[in-house]
Order: sequence, then structure tokens, then C-alpha cells
Amino acid sequence: MSEDQGTIFPSMTEWDTRQNPALLDTNPPLVQGGKDYHGLSDQIGSIVEADVLKTPTKYWITLAVTASITGLLGLMLAYLISTGVGVWGVNRPIGWGWGITNFVFWIGIGHAGTLISAILFLFRQKWRTAINRSAEAMTLFAVMCAGIFPLVHTGRPWRAYWLFPIPNTDLNLWQNFRSPLIWDVFAVSTYFTVSLLFWFTGLVPDLATMRDRAVGRVKQYLFGIFSLGWRGSARHWRHYEKAYLILAGISTPLVLSVHSIVSFDFATSVIPGWHTTIFPPYFVAGAIFSGFAMVMTLLLIARWLLNLDNLITMKHLENMNKIILVTGSIVGYSYACEFFIAWYSGDIYERFTFLNRAFGPYWWAAWSMYSCNVFIPQLYWFKRMRTNLWVMFIISITTNIGMWFERFVIISTSLTRDFMPTSWGFFYPTWVDMCTFLGTFGLFLTLFLLFARFLPMIAISEVKGVLAYEKHVFKGEEVMVK
Amino acid sequence: MNLEQFKDKLGIGEDKVYAAMGAFSKPDDLVDAGRKIREMGYTKLDAMSPFPVHGIDEAIGVPFSKLGWLVIWFSAMGTATAVLLIWYIGAIDYRLVIGGKPFFDFSYTIPVAFELTVLFSAFATFIGLWALNGLPRLYHPSGNYSQAHRASDDLFLLVIEANDPKFDAQGTVEHLRSVGAADVEVVAG
Repeated sequence: MSEDQGTIFPSMTEWDTRQNPALLDTNPPLVQGGKDYHGLSDQIGSIVEADVLKTPTKYWITLAVTASITGLLGLMLAYLISTGVGVWGVNRPIGWGWGITNFVFWIGIGHAGTLISAILFLFRQKWRTAINRSAEAMTLFAVMCAGIFPLVHTGRPWRAYWLFPIPNTDLNLWQNFRSPLIWDVFAVSTYFTVSLLFWFTGLVPDLATMRDRAVGRVKQYLFGIFSLGWRGSARHWRHYEKAYLILAGISTPLVLSVHSIVSFDFATSVIPGWHTTIFPPYFVAGAIFSGFAMVMTLLLIARWLLNLDNLITMKHLENMNKIILVTGSIVGYSYACEFFIAWYSGDIYERFTFLNRAFGPYWWAAWSMYSCNVFIPQLYWFKRMRTNLWVMFIISITTNIGMWFERFVIISTSLTRDFMPTSWGFFYPTWVDMCTFLGTFGLFLTLFLLFARFLPMIAISEVKGVLAYEKHVFKGEEVMVK
Repeated sequence: MNLEQFKDKLGIGEDKVYAAMGAFSKPDDLVDAGRKIREMGYTKLDAMSPFPVHGIDEAIGVPFSKLGWLVIWFSAMGTATAVLLIWYIGAIDYRLVIGGKPFFDFSYTIPVAFELTVLFSAFATFIGLWALNGLPRLYHPSGNYSQAHRASDDLFLLVIEANDPKFDAQGTVEHLRSVGAADVEVVAG
């Protein structure tokens, strides 16, 4: 019976472990540095409250660089819209070159934010609290970058409202709901809206903290208005926790659906290499894989610049690396599965497509993708690798290189060489393609820098909840970590 | 109605009493004190804390949130909107033959129906959350308490509202002190 209890209530074993200070190395507390509640408010709030004029010069220099790159994006978009989609390298047989590659890439990046805020919440992973705010913000910015590509790819973005089923007198048309492209419109716009609502809901209690700490009229008014009069009443928290649970509950299937629907754009076609049922889970795993890598890149920089080592601890980073290992291995398994099914199907086009991927003219892209996504993350089986900051920083970047190549390989190899060799071709990106993609990185980083400077980038109220929990579990024998 | 009468109606003003409030530094102390105060017979209680304190709802008698019941109707409305919209467009208003596919079939409504279900639920949750909380709100008398600004930082406040039948300024202050509250004050409306 006692053994059964161990399996039914695994938390009990964890509790026992935590009682023993000798095991602190294996299970360290999530909030370190001997912070109390006020200390947490101070540490996170002071980043936001620091005088704007006294912001370190390195911040302004970084911001100037990223803002210039954003300006480049603006120029490229203006050039594309005023000239036509022909300025991209898309032409027969490639109608979906870099634009859609970048769209899928950025949407995928966003998925980690929702995974951290929703799925890890439902699984009661308390370590998520230190990283969820910035990951959710990253989701919003990534989806903004993603949205640009299909929008301008339409050629006439000022007609974008034709994508939605609103009665229009200039068109007198309805959308075709049998096409996965319209599903994509609904999926991506819902995803952005729900992520925004979820992010703002989580932000309100912290805005109230900032309001109560604010010095100066402007800050008091701004934080006062956006915190909506939140006063942390037990009646507020009860609805708030319910709302948080509902939003997490609906975001969980939402995030799985978004990349599934993105993959339908490919999977419902008849192109060899696209027409496979493995696409939805394979795309979702890849999305979470690349998104976690991006969260890792951003957090490692933020942790270093803003001295957040005591809140974003090695345990947080190691947990994220474990998720990167798992999702990377799922992606590797999917690659293997695709190759096996291509052979097993007996379909000559399918077999050719996969041989062409690995050994055709895009072999370099395919092998970059296999190395970055499948082989390199296997280093994370070793604890020394999972806990080495340089290793994780490099792997977080190679992972995103690999995941970008994955989308490029899927789109380019299948479209350049499908059924008839007479209609084969090759895809060459133009300088506009490259500068537009670079420009979205500028937009993404600019928004993230502004967010990290002017809003609390760690969920203060949630980390306080974890602190209270840990003190409760330690039952008074508070163990301070050196 | 002039401003004074309006304030009277809302129970706002220096001459009104909103509540007696006291502060605790630990969440567990707040829950224990809340339970004791409730056992003394007070019913109009509230608590303010920088993060959700577990167990406070039962301790001071805050009922279960009904937000879920509100949201589920909007979820169903989202599903219905999507299916009806796609049916009306495909089968009635704009019958278009595409690859011999049927004008309407449930199977291809699933993605959009799912997304609209989520979208409607999210808006219902978001708007419902603020509506049930009575927010946004520009003024609340609890802000007159000298330690109110610390309720979002490191203090846990217990509130006994003046409209409680058992409320009596001096006695209630004593009761709050007896359960361990610090900085007990009678707060103006």
C-alpha cells in the first residue's frame, strides 16, 4: 500500500527530497538570492523604474541597431508593395519561396511562449513563472513578424480584409472554406488575439504593483490606467485564477491547432513530400523546439544584462534544455519516419523527393537541418552540456538555423522538383528576400528590447506565489542558497 | 444630481466609513486570521494580497467563481457561428463548385469552428473577468488605508467592511488586533 502511494502521489517523494538540505543540489529552490516579497518587487520593478535618461548607453546602441534594421524592413516592404511580388525570387515553379518559409518559421517561434504560459501551467510546472511573461511577449512579436509575410505576399495588402468573411460591396465574393488557406487566416488571427488577451490578463496584477510603486505623475497615470483599478482583492484573485485556468485550457489546444493548420497548407496538397499525415504533429514539435531555442537565446541575454541569475536559475535553463532535447528528438524521429514512409509507400515521386532532399541540389540545406535539429541537440543528454551557458547559447542559435532550413527544405525541394522534369526549376532568393527576412529580426528584437525595458519582464505576482509555496514546503527551515 | 449626492450614493467621502483594515506579513497568518474573524460572526470580509493566497476563499467565505459558466455559453456560440456562417456561405449564398467537393460538409468546418470557439471563449473570459470584478475602476476606498499600496508588494490585508451587521468601529478594530493584525485602521469611504 505504501508503495502504491509513492506512485499515486509522486509529489510526496518530491516533498521528502526537498526536506533534506543535502539534496538541494539536485532540487534547488526556484527563487534564489534570499529574496523576500518586497525584494522581488524591487528587483523586477527597478528595471522598469530606472530613469529613462539614465538607461545604459549599450541599451540605446543596441536599440538603434535593431531599429535601423526595422527601418530596412519598412523600406523593403514599401519597395515590394510599390513594385510587386516579382521583387522576391518567387517565380514558376516556386510560388512559395522565402515568404512562406519565414512565415512558418516565425509562427513556430511563437509556439514556445504559449507552451510555457498554458501547457506548463496545466502541468503545474512552477519553474515556468520566471520565464512565462517574456516568452508570451516573444510570442506576440513573433506572430507579428510572421503575419507580415502572407500579408504582403498577397500583393495587395490594403485588400487584406478580403481574407475575412465580412460582407464586401467591392468584391461581392465569399471566401472558400474548403481551402486550408482560409483556415490559416482564422488560426493565426485567433492565435494572436488570444495570446494578447492572455498576456495582458497576466500583466494586470504586475501593472498594479508598478502603479503602487510609481513615482511621478506620468508613470502613476499610465500604470494606473492600464492596471484597470486592480487591488488584489480575494474576489479579484478568485475570478482571475479561474480566468487564467480557462485561458490556459483553451490556449493549449489552440497552440496545437495553429501549427497543425499551418501544416495543412502543405499536407492537403498533392505535392510529393508535402502530402503526408505526419505533418501536424511533426510541425507542432518543430515549432516548440525552435520557440524554446529562441526563448533561450533571449533569456540568456536578458539574464546576463539585467542580472536575473537568481530568478532565471540554472534549473530553469536546464529544464528548457530538456524540452529542447525532447522536441528535437521528436523532430528527428519525424524525419526518419518520413524517409521510411517514402520508401515503404512505393510511390516513385515520394521516393525521389526524399532522395532529392538529401542528395539533390539542396543537399547543403538538408544536411544543415539534420545536423542542427537532430544531431547537435543530442549533446543535451549530458548534464555538463545542459548546464553550460556557452553550449546552450550556441545550441539555441543553431537550433533556429536548423529549423529555418527545415521549412526552406520542405518548400524548396518539393516545389522545384515535382512530377514533371520539364517543369523543374531552382529557387534563388533576391536581395529583397534577404533584407526583408533580416528586417523582421530587427522588428522582433526592437519590440523585445522595448518590452524588457518598459514592462515587468518577469511575472512578479506569480514568482511571489512560487516563493510562498517554497517557504511553505520548507516549513520554516528556510534554506538559503549561497 | 450634483457631485456630493452622487458620492453619497456610492458611499464615498471623508465622512463615510468603508471598513476596518489590518495587515499581515505572511499569507498563512492572513488565512488563519480570516478564519478566526469569520468564526466571530463577521460576514462582509475581503482580503488583499500581492498574489492569490490559497485557502483564503474558504476562510473568509468568498464564493466559487462563476466565470466558467458564463464562458461556456460563448464557446458554444462561437462553434455555432462558424458552422452557420460556413453553411450559409457555401450552401446558400455563394455555391461554388470546387473540385467536385460538397457545398457543405461538417468535416471542413472543423478548423474554423474550433478557432472561433476559442476566440469567443477568450473574449468571454477576458471581458467576463473584468465585468465580474467591477473593473476598470478609477477609485476604491480601500486605497485610503495607509498600507494599501503595499497590498501589491509584500503585505496581506484583511478587510471587514462597514456594512457588516456586526461592524462597530472600536470593537472591530479590537477584533482585528486580537487575531494578530498590524496597523489596524478604520478606513474612510
